[in-house]
Amino acid sequence: MKQLYQMAMADIGETLRAKWFFVYALVFGGVMVGLFVSGLTESRVMGFTGLSRLLVTYLQITMAILPIFMLITTVRSVVGDREAGIFEYILAMPVSISAWYWGKLVGRFVVIYLPVIGAMMLGVVYGMIKGVEVPWMDIVFYSGLLAALAWCFLGIGMLISTIAKSTDVAQGAAFMTWLLLLLFLDLILLGALIKEGLPAETAIAISLANPMQVFRTASMMLFDPHLVLLGPSAYLILDNFGHTGYLLWAMLYPIALGFGFSGLGFWLFKRGDYS
Amino acid sequence: MIKLENVKKSFRKTKVLKGIDLVVDKGDRIALVGSNGAGKTTMIRCILGEYTYQGLVLFDEMVPRENRTEVLKRIGFVPQLSPPLKMTVGRLVNFVSTICECPKKPIIEIIEQLGLEYSEFGKRQFVKLSGGEKQKVLIGLALGRPVDLLVMDEPTANLDPRARQVFFKLLAERIENMSMIISSHRLDEVSSLVNRVIEMDRGKIILNDHVEDTSDISTILDCTVKLHQPNDAFAGAIKEWQFTSDNIGQIWNGKVAGPDRLRFLGMLSRYSGLLAGLDMKE
Repeated sequence: MKQLYQMAMADIGETLRAKWFFVYALVFGGVMVGLFVSGLTESRVMGFTGLSRLLVTYLQITMAILPIFMLITTVRSVVGDREAGIFEYILAMPVSISAWYWGKLVGRFVVIYLPVIGAMMLGVVYGMIKGVEVPWMDIVFYSGLLAALAWCFLGIGMLISTIAKSTDVAQGAAFMTWLLLLLFLDLILLGALIKEGLPAETAIAISLANPMQVFRTASMMLFDPHLVLLGPSAYLILDNFGHTGYLLWAMLYPIALGFGFSGLGFWLFKRGDYS
Repeated sequence: MIKLENVKKSFRKTKVLKGIDLVVDKGDRIALVGSNGAGKTTMIRCILGEYTYQGLVLFDEMVPRENRTEVLKRIGFVPQLSPPLKMTVGRLVNFVSTICECPKKPIIEIIEQLGLEYSEFGKRQFVKLSGGEKQKVLIGLALGRPVDLLVMDEPTANLDPRARQVFFKLLAERIENMSMIISSHRLDEVSSLVNRVIEMDRGKIILNDHVEDTSDISTILDCTVKLHQPNDAFAGAIKEWQFTSDNIGQIWNGKVAGPDRLRFLGMLSRYSGLLAGLDMKE
């Protein structure tokens, strides 16, 4: 555990000094500031107003940018570290491979998650100053959903980093993964699948297997408990999962996927050349 | 101490190590020489347990890949290319000291002996140091630990003559207690540090020989160089060895580390027409 902690702290320290991290933190902070400036808390769209409206918008934007940021920065830094000779040096130290790998994963999760949640908390503070009602329960769920999404894509990023031998290949693979998931997020694609004779249950199952769609639906569910916005597929989701069941699924499934992918990455890394 | 038996390593279809057999005993100081692509770094990485391979690698009867922490705790490593770590030197020293479970003090002492003021350099980012400064920190991190084997890839490439003197002295202090593998493109760079030479070519060991050298590697030579007339180019070259001159630049005095004498004479040979006299005393 001591080694794992050391590796996590080393990774946090390295990341905090990296230029991409400042850009990353700036993007999320900037999004939140942009939402304040646009006066979103005062607007009323589809019945939502105040801080709920602001958080819902923030979450939708986060869903679009967090996964790709997560994938690109993870694969860039991990494969980049290998190419630059950092692995050769660090892994010539008496540190266990599991402490190194999982420590890196934990450290990266902390630095990736903190700006996202930090920006959200900025919104909460802003709302409190403005005197609007703070939906604390929603914020707890949003934080959990964001953590689950971040962990999931971190796992995918670590797996890609383990397999890819160069930064270019890793970045390409990361982008393709994100694009693939984005395409399956698109209801038009699912519509086409249905049009081709695919049973609706299968199409919905595909979307339920997509962590980005799971996040999207769950975040929607928090302000639209009956999923009216989703249309008929809401019946299938609510009949099979129920409201609480789906929220649990939306948190546990991406976390399990993240563990699965990162675990596979660890297994592959341990079997191959380290540097 | 180390045993390699029929070690083979391929990267896809390229065979980099083609059946290496080698035994390194305690007290061996090996110069691992060979051109680029000879397989030196690959062999070192197999010993460090960083690569998979066919065959057998043992460090005191332990397989490095399977007993990483036990084996690597006893090996100090200085890479050829410094890792671009963004952490400060102080943080790096803390990190290595914690991971290797060894005190920081000896590491800091060696870094300071090599000419870096720790109170200043400890706060600086490792990646922003010059090549020579990074090398000094990495040497401090390797020599400041209680290890049985030192593995160094071109360790003196970026060191100034003063730091080389200290480095040779530090190695001399450790000769009795540890083995060394020093990888280099050129034998003359490391010949006076070692008692064995292993030359590799295209994945095979083509020479495995012992070196007899009666000189002590910690020897310091007092040198005086006299010129027929002052010369700016010569002055520039000899100042890099921290030599000082009389007022007109015709007589130069300084100290040369014993293992560096060949390099020093090599430098002087470029100006042989200018030399009026040379005196080197232990």
